[in-house]
Amino acid sequence: MNQLIIPKHIYDEMIAHCRAGYPDEACGILAGSGNEITKIYRMANSESSPVSYMMDPSEQAAVNRDLRANSLAMISIFHSHPSSAAYPSQKDRELALWDGEPAHGDAVYVIVSLCEEQPVAKAFSIKSEEIRAIEIAVKQTPAD
Amino acid sequence: MAVKVRIPTPLQRLTQGKEEVEGKSGTVINLINDLETRYPGIAERISEGGKVRRFVNIYVNEEDIRFLQAEQTQVKDGDEVSIVPAIAGGGITVER
Repeated sequence: MNQLIIPKHIYDEMIAHCRAGYPDEACGILAGSGNEITKIYRMANSESSPVSYMMDPSEQAAVNRDLRANSLAMISIFHSHPSSAAYPSQKDRELALWDGEPAHGDAVYVIVSLCEEQPVAKAFSIKSEEIRAIEIAVKQTPAD
Repeated sequence: MAVKVRIPTPLQRLTQGKEEVEGKSGTVINLINDLETRYPGIAERISEGGKVRRFVNIYVNEEDIRFLQAEQTQVKDGDEVSIVPAIAGGGITVER
């Protein structure tokens, strides 16, 4: 995937969720098909921390059931960095892999930095030690 | 009929590519240790010192074992156990 397409209303909801969680990290899942997002899941950060997140495991299971029921795929995992840049931290990179393999398949990681006046969102593919930037295209839709 | 154990993709190379394997009834930790006898290396990736690793979620019939009896949760034939990597990250370094 070279580009992640996010409808504007979903992009705005992602930013709002990250801002609402401030000063703690916020997290969520963007679902859809191919490289196009059609649904957002705002998740609870069970760590309630400004420097780490872990999605609530029960919510994670519920989202997986919903994805299956709606024939959707988890396209992206997003979280905020309240006081650091929109770039994967060492912990982000470690937990994106399990035993050297991608822990969450083809999911792209979106990081929303809140350390500037305007939030900055960037997307990355983390399938090995190497990190690849993915373009985010925010698309106007009839819902916007 | 045995316990059905769903293996996450990153660990399927230890189960010869199998997405689902059979497990032994008893406690969750005994089930993990029993898997080790057939799929060497799998237990240490899921647990350490008898405890499930922090960033690994285990569900019995879709219920998180943290809300059951954790590693001592009993599983019986016909139950479904899912091993799922937690979705986590953040600014500090830890081991899974």
